[in-house]
Amino acid sequence: MLKGVYNWIDERLDITPMWRDVADHEVPEHVNPAHHFSAFVYCFGGLTFFITVIQILSGMFLTMYFVPDIINAYKSVDYLQHKVAFGGIVRGMHHWGASLVIVMMFLHTLRVFFTGSYKAPREMNWVVGMLIFFIMLGLGFTGYLLPWDNKAYFATKVGIQIAESVPYIGVYIKELMQGGEIVGAETLTRFFAIHVFFLPGALLALLAAHFFMIRKQGISGPL
Amino acid sequence: MAHGHKSNEKVVFVGDSRVRKRTGAPNTTPPDYSAYPGKSEAFIPNFLLKEWMVGVVVLVGFLVLTIAEPAPLGYPADPTNAAFIPMPDWYFLFLYQFLKYPYVAGDYIVLGTVGIPGVAFGALLLAPFLDTGKERRFYRRPVTTALMILSLISLFYLTKVSWDHYEHELAKTNTIPEHHLREERAREAAMSGQKDEQPVANIPIVDGDDPAMDILKAQCLSCHGTDMKGNESSGVPALRGVGDSHSKEELVEIITNGKGGGAMPSFKASLSADEIDQVATWLAKQKAE
Repeated sequence: MLKGVYNWIDERLDITPMWRDVADHEVPEHVNPAHHFSAFVYCFGGLTFFITVIQILSGMFLTMYFVPDIINAYKSVDYLQHKVAFGGIVRGMHHWGASLVIVMMFLHTLRVFFTGSYKAPREMNWVVGMLIFFIMLGLGFTGYLLPWDNKAYFATKVGIQIAESVPYIGVYIKELMQGGEIVGAETLTRFFAIHVFFLPGALLALLAAHFFMIRKQGISGPL
Repeated sequence: MAHGHKSNEKVVFVGDSRVRKRTGAPNTTPPDYSAYPGKSEAFIPNFLLKEWMVGVVVLVGFLVLTIAEPAPLGYPADPTNAAFIPMPDWYFLFLYQFLKYPYVAGDYIVLGTVGIPGVAFGALLLAPFLDTGKERRFYRRPVTTALMILSLISLFYLTKVSWDHYEHELAKTNTIPEHHLREERAREAAMSGQKDEQPVANIPIVDGDDPAMDILKAQCLSCHGTDMKGNESSGVPALRGVGDSHSKEELVEIITNGKGGGAMPSFKASLSADEIDQVATWLAKQKAE
């Protein structure tokens, strides 16, 4: 039955080559931790993606409870953390995953750097990877404000002050992030929108480019 | 036009457009790994299963952390709270600490926010165009490697200094971070049999016309708040609902001898035993329900 459905679709769209290309490509020995234990350093990229998937899924569940306004943001997080079944676990995964994804990405970047894998012909993939890094930091910064407790509030205030000190464009960056005269209701809705829509959208596009390029060029050879 | 120079040549098109499919063009197919020595294997399922094993180890560690250490949550943001020590998330600490140094702050702040980080992150972003040599092994690229290791050392150093500085500030101002404070309170409340941590604001004052209130106004409310809600961020507990967690005898003891190493002073000298008894009796009546 399932095979019939698959064949019916495949006849029309020729989908087999797409997934066979992903499934069948050969993975060389020098990146395989089953052959060389030290090759675990090549796992950091995959683990970054794994944690990113966890972040997306846990974040989706968090938005089922989170209310992005200054009266209810804290209360909704408090409710989620202490009253909702497994709410503390899901929020914990998102909170600690945010740190872990930075750690994994940092290690992945160092692996690529020290194995010289960013060299020709993979320059573009390195640049895209660095952009992903900056997006992740942006996600960390915007997500930090959302629980709307004192720690979140004052860290964001300092962050916006730092951004303001950039010459010429600083005041505009401040206005863009803050949305008003003070860090307040509009800042929270903006940070929420940036954290949940803008940055993840950019992240997914860059990840697609990152993976497309690695498939096209293959992983770098042994040293 | 659709045909090649030779009319009998088989022409393959991309889809149904007039773009001819390229054959044998360089760099369009991934390299064949059978060219490498050793045992290569298919991505799915062989390799992915091995990578998944690494993933599972990470996942278990991650879930253990998540369950052992609940995500922190302090008290609601209060813009008028001047005593709060601002602290970014740990991965921004290096930048936060960096901006505290005098030669990248004040008049030179542009150097600190745009100049040096701009050069450092710009160089990182454009690394493939700066380090263009063919050599890939790090020990054969001394300049690039040395620059990276120097950056890493400064990164770790700045983060460590920033964290130490924060701990020092906490110790100096005798502050417990809010999320710890909150957790402790919740635990204390749970231990003393209170079902939930009630929002203080919702607890009414019982029998507010009692003459004990005059003594309270004179002696207690300068710290515990004129609304008796205490002051969360400086660790002063609310007096509303205090009867839920303390008996009259406990309250007499606290008022007479103080608590928390002088955080709550002793009122032995300023109140008579009768007055203390009167205040404690009234406070013991302050129950949420």
